[in-house]
Amino acid sequence: MAADTFERVKKVTVEKLGVKEEEVIETASFTEDLGADSLDVVELVMAFEDEFGIEIPDDEVGVIKTVGDAVTYIDKKRG
Amino acid sequence: MSDWPRPSGRVVITGVGAVTPLGTGVDTFWPRMLAGESGVGPITLLDASEFTTRIAAEVKDFSAEDWLDKKDARRIDRFIAFAEASAKMALDDSGIDPTSIAEHFGCLIGSGIGGLTFLGEQYRRLVESGPGKVSPFLVPYMIPDMASGYVSICHGLKGPNTCVVTACSTGANAIGDAYHIIKRGDAIAMLAGGSEAPINEIGLAGFCSARAMTNRNDEPLRASRPFDANRDGFVMAEGSAVFVMEDYDHAVARGATIYAEILGYGFTGDAHHMTMPDPEGDGAYRSMKMALHRAGLEPSQIGYINAHGTSTPYNDKFETMAIKRAFGEHAYTVPISSTKSMIGHTLGAAGAIEALICILAMRDGKLPPTVNYETPDPECDLDYVPNVAREADVTYSLTNSFGFGGHNVSLVLSRGQ
Repeated sequence: MAADTFERVKKVTVEKLGVKEEEVIETASFTEDLGADSLDVVELVMAFEDEFGIEIPDDEVGVIKTVGDAVTYIDKKRG
Repeated sequence: MSDWPRPSGRVVITGVGAVTPLGTGVDTFWPRMLAGESGVGPITLLDASEFTTRIAAEVKDFSAEDWLDKKDARRIDRFIAFAEASAKMALDDSGIDPTSIAEHFGCLIGSGIGGLTFLGEQYRRLVESGPGKVSPFLVPYMIPDMASGYVSICHGLKGPNTCVVTACSTGANAIGDAYHIIKRGDAIAMLAGGSEAPINEIGLAGFCSARAMTNRNDEPLRASRPFDANRDGFVMAEGSAVFVMEDYDHAVARGATIYAEILGYGFTGDAHHMTMPDPEGDGAYRSMKMALHRAGLEPSQIGYINAHGTSTPYNDKFETMAIKRAFGEHAYTVPISSTKSMIGHTLGAAGAIEALICILAMRDGKLPPTVNYETPDPECDLDYVPNVAREADVTYSLTNSFGFGGHNVSLVLSRGQ
């Protein structure tokens, strides 16, 4: 897992969900631990797309449940 | 659900909150208003250099983070943040515990336009980046009813939850409709009022094109001049006011401080033109008559009128005609002021802010002035409390609000004990 990706995912998550940096750990679930509702998740995914210059199709959003999932998905997507 | 208690049929105001261009909170804005200060200045919320009108009355001391949770504060539309701030102030002020009557505590906070700032930003994203980049919060932050929805969620208010959208009479309609809801027993208490945040590119452009606003860009402090012969349009403004309105018996039983009682609510339609008022002021006349009739008062008993007084050539002339027709000889003796001379026109919030001003004027025995009144207009020849606040013992007051679409609203209020 790229450290740089993790830091950027953390930055976007803190900004969009209004959570503290220390809460954004690899195992944290966006909905269960970080308080995101369904609209927050859509907004967060858009913010990841903007931050990393990638497209995340709707049918792939489901695999991103935790902060670690997001980092893994983004690293794979960016090759 | 618990039963609906029998209503007393009387409705009182027991808490107030406001966000205005003269400050956030009653204790901030009210002394400045009595001192005749103006909240009008060059627009800072956007780059207005290409617009024909480049001045407005902006709220300068407001930070959403002081009132909302961090996540919402950062992104929610300004009109919803203003509403929640005012609601919180009103609840604290009244001392009521909403959870004690949650299913009988409703919410009716209107907005003339809703989340136009957020809509404008997202429309730009749609055009520049495509439909997949439009925020999932566009719809909830744009719709005018979300002020009521959001505030009810913040405070657990499970009673009647609704919204009024009647342009510049929204705030007054919201208070009037909430009065009816409590009076007939559908709720014991309501948070009611109006909120507006129209100072954004699309809002400013639309009102510039409608030729409704002043072009006195070089003298903002003198731009809003209701009833003055040289008035040339309104000054756009933003803000909100929200009241805790409550069944009289409930308020007395819990020992609440009563600011005022709503005695009469009049509302009519012009059926004339989308944006121009009736040239005889007929709808305005009938709304004042209706409010006085419902209050069971003679015109001579009204001690203060807070006019709609937008500073447009038409409104101030036709409103003056309507007051003369509704009040007869008393029109020439009753003090009338337009506080839009100081805080501009907050559109859907105006009726609520101006009802609040009536309440404070009665409480303190002080009438706010109409500033910038310099050159009398032969067609506006009443007592507009020119330029300087005045002491007066007032038991009953009336406030007018009129909106695009031909909506006319008048509220009659009495001083609390």
